[in-house]
Amino acid sequence: MTSPTLTAPPGAPAASPRRRGIRAGGGMRVAPYVFLAPFMLSFVVFMILPIVVALYTSFFQVKRSGLGFGGDNDSVFVGFDNYVQAFANSAFMDSFGRVLLFGVVQVPIMLALSLLLALLFDSAVVKAKRFFQLAVFLPYAVPSVVAALIWGFLYQPRVSPIVEGLADLGVSVDFLGPGTVLWSIANVAVWSVTGVNMIILFSALQTVPREMYEAARLDGASEFRMAMQIKLPMIYPALMLTTLFSIIGTLQLFNEPMTMRSVTSNISGSYTPNMAIFSATTLGGNINLGSAMAIILGLATFVLSIVVSIMTNRKKGKA
Amino acid sequence: MMTQTLVTSPPPPVREARSRRTAQKAGSARPSVLAEGERPSRGARIAAWIFMGAITFYFLVPVYWLIVASTKSTAELFSTPGFVFSNFNLMENLVDLSTYNDGIFWRWMGNSMIYSGLGSIAMTFVCLISGYALAMYRFTGRTIVLGAVLGSMLIPQTVLAQPTYLLLVELGLNNTIWGILLPSLAYPFGVLLAFVFAQSAMPMELLEAARLDGASEWRAFFSIALKLLSPGGVTILLFAFIGSWNNFMLPLLVLSDARLQPVTVGLSGWSQASITIPGLQTLVVIGSLVSIIPIIVVFVSLQRYWKTGLAAGGVRF
Repeated sequence: MTSPTLTAPPGAPAASPRRRGIRAGGGMRVAPYVFLAPFMLSFVVFMILPIVVALYTSFFQVKRSGLGFGGDNDSVFVGFDNYVQAFANSAFMDSFGRVLLFGVVQVPIMLALSLLLALLFDSAVVKAKRFFQLAVFLPYAVPSVVAALIWGFLYQPRVSPIVEGLADLGVSVDFLGPGTVLWSIANVAVWSVTGVNMIILFSALQTVPREMYEAARLDGASEFRMAMQIKLPMIYPALMLTTLFSIIGTLQLFNEPMTMRSVTSNISGSYTPNMAIFSATTLGGNINLGSAMAIILGLATFVLSIVVSIMTNRKKGKA
Repeated sequence: MMTQTLVTSPPPPVREARSRRTAQKAGSARPSVLAEGERPSRGARIAAWIFMGAITFYFLVPVYWLIVASTKSTAELFSTPGFVFSNFNLMENLVDLSTYNDGIFWRWMGNSMIYSGLGSIAMTFVCLISGYALAMYRFTGRTIVLGAVLGSMLIPQTVLAQPTYLLLVELGLNNTIWGILLPSLAYPFGVLLAFVFAQSAMPMELLEAARLDGASEWRAFFSIALKLLSPGGVTILLFAFIGSWNNFMLPLLVLSDARLQPVTVGLSGWSQASITIPGLQTLVVIGSLVSIIPIIVVFVSLQRYWKTGLAAGGVRF
């Protein structure tokens, strides 16, 4: 149907269709805007507008008791008061320190494991790849809330076969103690996201031209050297992407600790920044403070991702 | 005819086939210069097997425990070894799960299906048509839209949860289905994936040919592009589905009516309540298992789309 028009010599008969094209040009010019309208509308309403509302709300305080906010009569403009309050809130500030510590440990461990698995799957060393890949990837399909519920049981002394087994070996561990619960949450996060990071890195490895390996092999390079000097640099963009998203994810930590509050009292209501925002907004009833905290978290995330991008770009330049 | 030759199927897993072949070669111990990689030494292979065994154990054991625990009564959950089956109590547990609180669990499952199913289908359509527009047209404002899409990927959903909640209260949409469905339509990552897919799957010549045949822009998208973009669409759908099934903070803020909550919020509520009602723990266990079955079925059966999708999305950055 379409082939005759395309196979026709491009010279003579092109004139009349082109004129038709110009007449249809109105549709062509309008079409992209119509096509993009639903996305742009939802983008503006549900990504830009919420930020505007939160920003606006964060500069007000409800002076008289009541639940009004925003343009309500009870609201008074207070400038940066809520931000001062947020920064003076030691629980909120501590929560940042906590997720940063969490990220410094969890992100490198998780990424190293993902990378190691991706490299193994890309080499000839491991067999039954399909099965193993699925095993590693499967936890990603388990919602983080459910993952936290399952691990919550596995951390509880009365239920957990792991705690029991370790006790039989003479090792007594408290996965839910004040000092350990953060790492127990980190374990849930590693369990959940290693698979998807492994797949991203593995997919990147698969796009490296095979000829490069053959050339290196002829030059007598070992598998390990090839991994370090060819594979790693080639998948650098994917590695940077996973690092960036992992760090962003760390700052947003919410589902796992929130869910695990039901198995331990060592997770406070403002354990992570997002939990602090949540409790200020709901239990605290202070929507204005909650908004200021949300804006601070958003800015912190933004700044951190810029810093990470700059740092990784510089490293790449050196390499 | 033209369309047939131009249809691009998802890239065949060439590499995998090749490595499998070479693996066989290595197994048959025939020395081959062309084999990919030298034959790994016996030590390396044994170490790899042990390592992979440990890894598989780590990733699968929680799910195995969940299956075992789902078949136990509350008393057995606390008294019998966790990794060993005891009396098979699965049916009783399922009945308890279905009848507790007038069967609210299935209501939650239904809600999750609506939020994730309907929501991600609508979102996928929005992403595909937007990505297509960005890939196929040059128009004023295109770079601004692309920049906004890229930039907003750095804004995580949870940072927006509290602000979105404020907005929904303003709009009077809190505690409604729309309060969960509408915000999910804005999914910049999906638009970006669709943009990348459209660039490789839909040749410009095809659109021009359709125009020459008198098809409207609208029709060119619906009867030609949508078909070509469908493999990419499945990938976006999967991402969107998993993402929204995982959605927790926004529904927790927005939905106070238990009958509107998705299953994640409901189960976490039960877990919270089980501190005072110990019998609920069995329901949390069996409920967790039931809630992940549909998502795992979808996930495993559409596995190949993940790889193509992530490859396309991840490599281009």
